[in-house]
Amino acid sequence: MTDGFLLKVYVAATILLMVGMALILVRLIAGPTLYDRALAVNSFGTKIVLFLCMFSLIIGRADGVDIAILYALMNFIATVAILKFFRYRALSEPMAPLPASAKFDALRERRRNERSR
Amino acid sequence: MAADKAHGTQSVGVDIPWDAVLDWGLALASSGLILSGVFFVLAGALGVLRMPDFFTRMHAAGMTDTLGAEFILFGLILQTGFSQMTLKLLLVAFFLFLTSPTATHAIANAALKSGLKPQLGTYKAPDLSQIEGSSNEADSDKAGGH
Repeated sequence: MTDGFLLKVYVAATILLMVGMALILVRLIAGPTLYDRALAVNSFGTKIVLFLCMFSLIIGRADGVDIAILYALMNFIATVAILKFFRYRALSEPMAPLPASAKFDALRERRRNERSR
Repeated sequence: MAADKAHGTQSVGVDIPWDAVLDWGLALASSGLILSGVFFVLAGALGVLRMPDFFTRMHAAGMTDTLGAEFILFGLILQTGFSQMTLKLLLVAFFLFLTSPTATHAIANAALKSGLKPQLGTYKAPDLSQIEGSSNEADSDKAGGH
């Protein structure tokens, strides 16, 4: 009884989501800086997750939601990886530089001396 | 629900179809949630497209994506009842609720550390009359825009 109404709402919401995805895509292509593009990729991924959930409810199968969970996790990891790569030009460096305080330098010096003994 | 129905038939004499009322209430609630979530997502996308600066764009995207995604997912959760799908949608909502602001913060931090300065001061909107032709020319002249 309410299925037809809900299907209309789902389809309308999906189409509007796709309009939003197109707007984000414009920013992704035209973004002047790298960070605009990273932001657009992240936002686009969120919209893809929503699209997958909506689509799997439209077709009435639960498979799309599994992919959406995976996509939500991958999206976050990909964003952080992109940012880290473009900051350090490598993925294996530490995220923040080591603290350069005098206390820490003394500690490191002492450890180096202990190791050399 | 059965007690309500019996009570209703006894006192009022009108047989109210409580199942249909419940179904339509749920459908209206979930469609309202979904459509408001879509509104927020669209507003965020428009903000990302139109805002003048990276940090303002980030603000538009970060806030609205979180709220819009939660609205849409809870609207879908209302329709799945108590099933496996509800748990999965709740997981998606939980992950998005955690990771979306974190990713936005990471992007903002990286941009700030790399030396991208936010635009400060008053913002002057771009002149649309040059893009769209002479349709907005009178308005922009009144506003002293050109």
